[in-house]
Amino acid sequence: MAAAEPLLEVRNLRVEFPTRRGTLVAVDDISFSIAPGEVLGVVGESGAGKSLTGTAIIGLLEPPGRIAAGEIRLNGRRIDNLPPDQMRRVRGREIGAVFQDPLTSLNPLYTVGRQLIETIVTHLGVAAGEARRRAIDLLASTGIPAPERRIDHFPHQFSGGMRQRVVIALALAAEPKLVVADEPTTALDVSIQAQIISLLKRLCREKQTAVMLVTHDMGVIAETADRVAVMYAGRLAEIGPVADVVHRPQHPYTVGLMGSIPSFVKETERLTQIEGSMPRLTAIPSGCAFHPRCVHAFDRCRVERPDLMPAGTSRAACWLHDQVRGSRSEVRGDRAAGVPRTSHVAPSSR
Amino acid sequence: MSAVLRENPATLTGDVIVKARDIARFFDVSPPWLNRVLEGKRHQILRAVDGVSFDIRRGETLSLVGESGCGKSTVARLLVGLYVPTRGEVEFFGHNLREMNTAAGRSLRQKLQMIFQDPYASLNPRWRVADIVAEPLRAHGLLSDPQAIDKRVDELLLQVKLAPADKAKYPHQFSGGQRQRISIARALATHPEFLVCDEPTSALDVSVQAQVLNLMKDLQRDLGLTYLFISHNLAVVHHISDRVGVMYLGRIVELASRRAIFSAPQHPYTRMLLDAIPDLAMTGRARTPVAGEVPNPLNPPSGCTFNPRCPYANSRCRTEEPLLKLHRHAEGETLVACHAVEEGRIQDPGFRIQQK
Repeated sequence: MAAAEPLLEVRNLRVEFPTRRGTLVAVDDISFSIAPGEVLGVVGESGAGKSLTGTAIIGLLEPPGRIAAGEIRLNGRRIDNLPPDQMRRVRGREIGAVFQDPLTSLNPLYTVGRQLIETIVTHLGVAAGEARRRAIDLLASTGIPAPERRIDHFPHQFSGGMRQRVVIALALAAEPKLVVADEPTTALDVSIQAQIISLLKRLCREKQTAVMLVTHDMGVIAETADRVAVMYAGRLAEIGPVADVVHRPQHPYTVGLMGSIPSFVKETERLTQIEGSMPRLTAIPSGCAFHPRCVHAFDRCRVERPDLMPAGTSRAACWLHDQVRGSRSEVRGDRAAGVPRTSHVAPSSR
Repeated sequence: MSAVLRENPATLTGDVIVKARDIARFFDVSPPWLNRVLEGKRHQILRAVDGVSFDIRRGETLSLVGESGCGKSTVARLLVGLYVPTRGEVEFFGHNLREMNTAAGRSLRQKLQMIFQDPYASLNPRWRVADIVAEPLRAHGLLSDPQAIDKRVDELLLQVKLAPADKAKYPHQFSGGQRQRISIARALATHPEFLVCDEPTSALDVSVQAQVLNLMKDLQRDLGLTYLFISHNLAVVHHISDRVGVMYLGRIVELASRRAIFSAPQHPYTRMLLDAIPDLAMTGRARTPVAGEVPNPLNPPSGCTFNPRCPYANSRCRTEEPLLKLHRHAEGETLVACHAVEEGRIQDPGFRIQQK
């Protein structure tokens, strides 16, 4: 993956919200990249900043939210400081977006055909007749029955699952290089969820489209993504290949997160639980933001913020993995023995 | 733990405390009278729940699963008396739920409490936690001495792992998980025996969901509670249940022990649901492609309501409505409403979750 030139590169991105009571840092110094054709899953609990990262990339941050530092590059070209009209051309042509609620991403007053044709004509510059033909093909490829008839229907005439298929068709209409999908299946029932995931996966593989898949559902990530980024309190806690992050999580937060998901395979009386809850943006702890909830926290975690460092085959922002200085430091001591190497950590005491 | 799923002994031996017999609830969703007269529109009846029967034994957890609109929440509300059934009876400790509004019913009602899905909507934002938790005590006249009430509230907050100092706060000062604990403390105030939990963790993040599920299991063990658990999340249901009922369009299509449901699903709809769950274990199993969506409940298909989506449907399925019947198989026995299962037309073992 490292060999390919990254399609999207995010470096030291910081998103702030200035408020009367001070500046809230919602996304704090995160860096990652996505290769062409790759699916990067971004997981985290509510308030972790995963959706805002996606919103910043497609340039739709609502004021007063703003990108305060860092840069976003698409195919080597900076897109975070483009003027709005240029950004609008990038969005749609080069970046497609799929949001959680399919009803809000479609205009209820226009037929889906009109919306698709408009997108195709605007971004690909083809004639209207040709655009209509392509729109019907797109609808057919997303598995909508009788597309030549359905194209003239309004969004309200579609069911939830069908509507999300239309949104996916719309996101892919201009053949973008990157699709940012923000909780695309959260509003749908499980039986429809599976259909939409496999659809998104198939279409993107066919067209070699890179996908940034933002979701809180680890199961969806495990089925779909190539790599996963785990976010906590606006920061990246861990990033790595999906099988490693799911089966051999390295950051104590990821370990806790995986253990707290009920499993069909394991018969457990109790789920692993992480005590407490995610800090509010107004009160992010010093050092590692996870330290008040972490069973392995030691002095250094409370004062010094860890950067992503190699941990197994992934990278994790945790001092437990600091091989260079940590191995020599006194503070590591016994706790190092407690480094979670497997997906099982003793359930924390109640 | 042994190689098989452990069965809760209560499922087999406990006495039946809740009996639902053929309960149904219809909603009138007709257009207004004027439209009916002028435009000739017809009366429309939504059959949200149509003929559901089950027993719940003391100390067990029965879960109802299904997709949105299948009527599972309506069943929950029928059981606690928030809706009056259109047809059928609910019996609770041998008393009919319709007697609940009499003086004798009042003491029975204390034994029955509910936890709602949305911890943001189910707590009054203008009340302090102390008042919220003490409300059932006051409403049922269990305690009147302010000091006694105070003491009981402290006890309840400790039971759900909150601090007694929290009682002076307002709901907005708590996170979603803590609010759900407050709802649980309120539900426990009257020493209930039976709790109806309507999607209690659906609005919560996974790590918080784990806290609440662990708490619910601890409370069940310590207080001998009986749960009716409503959820659309099969993994959560697998974790918490002793028995599981699968609902589709207002009816139970399959009802069996957790082990039977997850290791030997019988009804094609149950198989489909299990097949559709995203797989964290990443076994790379092939999914059976599932076509279609839940039909409009205002105009359900004839015969078996699942027939348009079912790969095994034949002419009998399209005309004759299947009834819940006992079906014995290698993993035990299952109540299932399916002609294909009854006739042995389904040869394909289908997807099973390997239990370790």
